[in-house]
Amino acid sequence: MSEPVVRIENVSKVFRQGGLFNRAPGFKAVSNVSLNLAKNRTLGIVGESGSGKSTLLRMVLRLIQPSEGRILVNGAEIWSLRGGELKALRRQVQPIFQNPASSFNPRQTIRAILSAPLEVHGIGSVAERRERITTLLRRVGLDPAIENRLPHQLSGGQKQRIAIARAVILGPSVVLADEPTSALDVSVQAQVLKLFADIKYDFGLTTIFVSHNLAVIREVSDEVAVMRRGEVVEQGEADRIFEDPQHDYTRELLAAVPSPAFMARA
Amino acid sequence: MSEFRPHAQGAARPALAIRDLTVDFQRRSGALRTVDKVSLDVWPKEIVGVIGESGSGKTMTALSAMRLLPHGARIGGAIALGGRDLVDIGESEMRALRGDRIALIPQDAMQSLNPTMRVGRQVGEPYEFHRKQSYGAIWSKVVELLRAVKIADPETRARDYPHQFSGGMQQRAMIAMGLALDPELIIADEPTTALDVTVQARILKLLRDIRDERGSAILFITHELGIVAELCDWVYVMKDGKVVEDGPVKRIFEAPKADYTRMLLEATPSIHRRKGAKR
Repeated sequence: MSEPVVRIENVSKVFRQGGLFNRAPGFKAVSNVSLNLAKNRTLGIVGESGSGKSTLLRMVLRLIQPSEGRILVNGAEIWSLRGGELKALRRQVQPIFQNPASSFNPRQTIRAILSAPLEVHGIGSVAERRERITTLLRRVGLDPAIENRLPHQLSGGQKQRIAIARAVILGPSVVLADEPTSALDVSVQAQVLKLFADIKYDFGLTTIFVSHNLAVIREVSDEVAVMRRGEVVEQGEADRIFEDPQHDYTRELLAAVPSPAFMARA
Repeated sequence: MSEFRPHAQGAARPALAIRDLTVDFQRRSGALRTVDKVSLDVWPKEIVGVIGESGSGKTMTALSAMRLLPHGARIGGAIALGGRDLVDIGESEMRALRGDRIALIPQDAMQSLNPTMRVGRQVGEPYEFHRKQSYGAIWSKVVELLRAVKIADPETRARDYPHQFSGGMQQRAMIAMGLALDPELIIADEPTTALDVTVQARILKLLRDIRDERGSAILFITHELGIVAELCDWVYVMKDGKVVEDGPVKRIFEAPKADYTRMLLEATPSIHRRKGAKR
């Protein structure tokens, strides 16, 4: 097997609690997690609130520094990178967040939002950028005329399509999605998940998808990690996790999902 | 058109009957109709689900029955609680019914609890308001109610403030408040949407137990098909302010008649199967 695209080695994160004179032991949000992810695979991380799934994702995004352990993307330890190498990493790893309304600048047009990453990385002329934005808007199923609108003029589903477009506009190898569909109606969610899968295939992406929704995780993931209180209690191939869960907590989670036996046959 | 409805058998009349309900909002551009000629019944001891996506009018329908619509809403049609009209009665009469014969369990318990009042005092409010009972009598009932919704150590926890409760416990406290006076109808508006699945499973079980033990009818508003399938006896599917179909839960899932219902079933991911979204 080739070198994993994302390698998480014994990563922990402790958040300090208490003030200057009150050194509480701290809260361990992520505890000794190791995961590897091969090229073109999707890892689903599932857990309830407080399980540490979002903290883990934010560490891979290099937004939070691990207290212990290492995270490697394409073989490079992300906290050792500086300058040009770091900028290259930023190009390689892109996020999609949960709440599309708060992940865009409300005063920027869609064109400005999509153009910003290209400008930061100095890619293309003005005309080339426009061309790229138009093509990409079509690819995510939107009318290119939408580029003149502001985020609040778009529906939730349209905003998540823009979020997907922004995530892939720099041609990344890794996309990290944190509950990207949990604010959407099921019919819109289905369309966005379909788009996500198509884009993943077309752009050859390796993805991590975090959700509390087990059914969504089943739909998008090749492999699954189940988290509880900062620890990965079980990981493995998605079908195996859902059809033959080994850990008691995984079983409890699956049993708690409201879904009657007669839906299983569909 | 008449599918067999077990809860309607032998019952004199529905706990809640809504006929041709319309809810309009006056806008500069003209009237906006959010509920369009909706008719639905909830029979005694029946758990009825109303499922729809955002903007389908499901919450407006529920709020109409509580007469808690936002300011400026115009309501038409008929709503009857156990045969008693709810549309034309005055606000003071409605206040006498709310919390007593019809109770609401809202979506976000934290938003609904007063952060400066102890939980027990709030759970006891229906007794204070409707029954004017003594403090001591109310307190013992509050403890009993908190025990009924399975809050451990209710004597102590009744003295807690809402922020000392977890999300699941807050929702249990709201349910306890709803149960206080044994209403004939409980309206639950997405009461588990903000909760983790394991907590949700326990709340759904609690609602089922309440129906079984106390015989309350429950109108359950949700956007999740899984919950409807697990909890409800009968379901109304709403879209754009209209009921597109209704029927027994099993039939709706196995042989949906409306295209919209079929689309919803199709769009809902399931833990039991994996569909084409992955390539």
